[in-house]
Amino acid sequence: MRYLPLTPNDRQDMLATIGASSVDDLFVDVPKEVQLDGPIRDLPMHAGEMAVEAHMKKLAKNNSAAGDMPFFLGAGAYRHHVPASVDHIIQRGEFLTAYTPYQPEIAQGTLQTLFEFQTQVARLFGVDVANASMYDGSTACWEAIVMARRITKRGKAVLSSGLHPHYVSVAKTMARFTKDQLVSEAPVLEAATDGANLLDQIDDETSCVVVQYPDILGRISDMSALAEKAHSHKALLIAVVTEPVALGAINSPGQMGADIVVGEGQSLGVGLQFGGPYVGLFGCKQKYVRQMPGRLCGETVDAEGKRGFVLTLSTREQHIRREKATSNICTNSGLCALAFTAHMTLLGEKGLRELAMLNHRKAVVAADRLAEINGISLLNDSFFNEFTLILDKDTRPIVRKLADQKILAGVSLGRLYPDAGELAHGLIVAVTETTSDEDVEALATALEGELA
Amino acid sequence: MNMLTEGRPTKQDENIPTPAQGALKTHTGNRALMVDEPLIFETGSPDRSGVDLPQAPAVESRLGGLDRDEAIGIPGLSEAEAVRHYTRLSRQNYAIDVGLFPLGSCTMKHNPRLNEKMARLKGFSDIHPLQPVDSVQGALETIYQLAEWLKTLTGMPAVAMSPKAGAHGELCGILAIRSALEARGDAREVILVPESAHGTNPATAAFAGYKVEDIPANTDGRVDLDALKARLGPDVAGVMITNPNTCGLFEPDMKSISDAVHEAGGLVYCDGANFNAIVGRVRPGDLGIDAMHINLHKTFSTPHGGGGPGSGPVVFSDALAPFAPLPFVDKSDDGHFHLVEEETAEDQHESSFGRMVAFHGQMGMFTRALTYMLSHGADGLKQVAEDAVLNANYVLRSLEDVLDAPFAKSGPCMHEALFSDNGFANGLTTLDLAKGLIDEGYHPMTMYFPLVVHGAMLVEPTETESKAAIDQFLGALRSVAERAKAGDELLKSAPHFAPRRRLDETQAARKPILVWQEPEEYAEAAE
Repeated sequence: MRYLPLTPNDRQDMLATIGASSVDDLFVDVPKEVQLDGPIRDLPMHAGEMAVEAHMKKLAKNNSAAGDMPFFLGAGAYRHHVPASVDHIIQRGEFLTAYTPYQPEIAQGTLQTLFEFQTQVARLFGVDVANASMYDGSTACWEAIVMARRITKRGKAVLSSGLHPHYVSVAKTMARFTKDQLVSEAPVLEAATDGANLLDQIDDETSCVVVQYPDILGRISDMSALAEKAHSHKALLIAVVTEPVALGAINSPGQMGADIVVGEGQSLGVGLQFGGPYVGLFGCKQKYVRQMPGRLCGETVDAEGKRGFVLTLSTREQHIRREKATSNICTNSGLCALAFTAHMTLLGEKGLRELAMLNHRKAVVAADRLAEINGISLLNDSFFNEFTLILDKDTRPIVRKLADQKILAGVSLGRLYPDAGELAHGLIVAVTETTSDEDVEALATALEGELA
Repeated sequence: MNMLTEGRPTKQDENIPTPAQGALKTHTGNRALMVDEPLIFETGSPDRSGVDLPQAPAVESRLGGLDRDEAIGIPGLSEAEAVRHYTRLSRQNYAIDVGLFPLGSCTMKHNPRLNEKMARLKGFSDIHPLQPVDSVQGALETIYQLAEWLKTLTGMPAVAMSPKAGAHGELCGILAIRSALEARGDAREVILVPESAHGTNPATAAFAGYKVEDIPANTDGRVDLDALKARLGPDVAGVMITNPNTCGLFEPDMKSISDAVHEAGGLVYCDGANFNAIVGRVRPGDLGIDAMHINLHKTFSTPHGGGGPGSGPVVFSDALAPFAPLPFVDKSDDGHFHLVEEETAEDQHESSFGRMVAFHGQMGMFTRALTYMLSHGADGLKQVAEDAVLNANYVLRSLEDVLDAPFAKSGPCMHEALFSDNGFANGLTTLDLAKGLIDEGYHPMTMYFPLVVHGAMLVEPTETESKAAIDQFLGALRSVAERAKAGDELLKSAPHFAPRRRLDETQAARKPILVWQEPEEYAEAAE
């Protein structure tokens, strides 16, 4: 067995040192009746690299990879080009096979990249501080709601109808157990976001208002008025960003007064990976830092006065505070955070802004092309790299049919909101730097065929 | 004599003195391969980039008048600089690839590279979670196959695949317990947790809205069964037990614990962090438990990545299976794989407690874990457990003469050996020993955990260490332990040879600097 170095002789020598006659003696505390008498039944025996590779390749082949066909899916996960060096960097064994940096003297590599990551995220979001990552955007969103409850000591969260339905679903699951009250509705197919409606719902019982930016339908609107109204009721504005590349083109939530900004960092460095692992981003204003969940990396000095980095403020965390911790999170998304920060460093502000404008303008061109089609209208006045089309037919069967023709057309609102009848005609289309003009034309032609 | 020496073998002249290393300073502060690396904010610039992008089409933007109007402040590096930056930083990290990593309860085993290669197949890495299910049949089948492996290995009838890490799996299990109790109209409010438990256990129970109470350990390092039984009652929703436990011992009374909890109307959560000790040899399903998470990043070799990502599928008993979260993969009679989501839950999984995460869990970890399982097979996994336990007992028995092993008399340990700081002289602590071990070229063991042992040191060698590697480690640990018992002052200032000396964590917490600030702001903050 290629991963197991002990030889039969080693095992005998070691048993002799231990004073045991066989390995069974070491399992003496395990009641006989629950010990298996041989290799577990119904599973194959060990296999070499070639056989395993063949098995896995067969499974992989039975999927339509995004890069092999016109591809327009977004809605919380985006296909971007990841520079070759990013994957090289995260495969350095010293990063890949390290543990959480509990011994900072021999983990400065991980710690410094986390410090740089936190700074990049804070600046991108326009807030003072950010943590060292969460599992993903959806869990970060719930943690932000819990954090707002801790800060305001109120239990009512107002969720925008533009918040990703899966994020809403996660929050609803948790709120049922924690007895938090959530106010939430399905979106309405209008060009304007639900900001005006949200303003009316903020009151003195509200802990926070949670707004996705750009929202699930791709719409963008200024959150300043919401921040102001929330603050006048001593509530918090939580902004949720599922496409961080957008913040290379549009103002940050922090600039508009958001108190906590969370997001999904998958767009940078991580790749689609069928939904995970991704990387949750979490930032907030300085004054709330001690209420944050998750790990934080901070700067300090060593005994010789040299700058160094450590995990800090761990008295918020489960391994110190146990049941009084701000969260139960332990392992987070370290390596995905490294991929994010390496990609961001390669881009730099100039590259990020260029990438963002490339995404946006390609999306504008694609939106106009698709909206020309008879039976299709464009919902959005404003959008970044993702917009919603209204078809005059039920969208979901069309998306399935086009997938069979090797065109991945977008995310139908019927998939995301199966119960909301009027949304069945909506199609969310994402366009990134990886989308070619030919891809757009292929989608347009296919949709023309379906709607003719 | 003046002779051209280039290209000839060289040797330091015997008459030239070699001064002690510590007495020497370099201009840069660097020491040969040990090189400091500045922050990107000090070397990069916002107008430099390591990415070339095509020109954007010339169209008007439609950003709702919200065009980002202020500097973002994110410096860039060229590719050449970026690769060097991260490569230099990587060399300041300890990692399994570099050496034995005896971090107890973390199972730092070798991460096979075939796993990495397989996870990067485009059919796994380049598919979107919301693609129509017909276009991702292979991905769904992968999840399904892994689920079957996990069910077979644990002897449990159901598994939830979506939890993102161990603590998230704990949450999944506790929510299922709460849902099951609520479904029978029996709201209970207390979860019992042994005092030796990992901190995530009580934190999870509290996060799910439960009150947490400790159960004491007995002098053998195991759950005090009598104390547990005495506390059971109509207000106790369940217990969270780690087995093998955090003292590195199997709980021989696990079945009796489960029976007692069930009799009192509660349910049993098992923390599966230590599954590596029994995988392929004992099925947790035979111990009467109702839910257990499995850390794929421990037992099934997916890399820890400097703190994640993990993956924490949860296996369930029949009592809890109906409450498992959405979404999950199911197989139709015709061999087609489909997703059970909110839409279809009413027909197919009506009691589910709901969704815990946006998509399907850690696919990238699933492919790695399945690759690992296929590589080992049923026979290899059994050998994994046996070698892991053998290695740990070898450590325990090789060191019990020099380090206090509080539960050594309780019998063999499982996959990890526990020691205390009993006998250290001159005020030396476990921390000092750990830092001394760093100088010897090792990552220290888990320190000060579990809490039930003073100055605890939890050593988990794992099965992927050779006897030679363990012997070398034992030599180093023995030497540092002897120094600790002899009161060697030098340990208090260790490490001496690492990229950094001991770091001031108190200052870091008192005045947190969590993001880089321009130097002038630093100056102001210091005033």
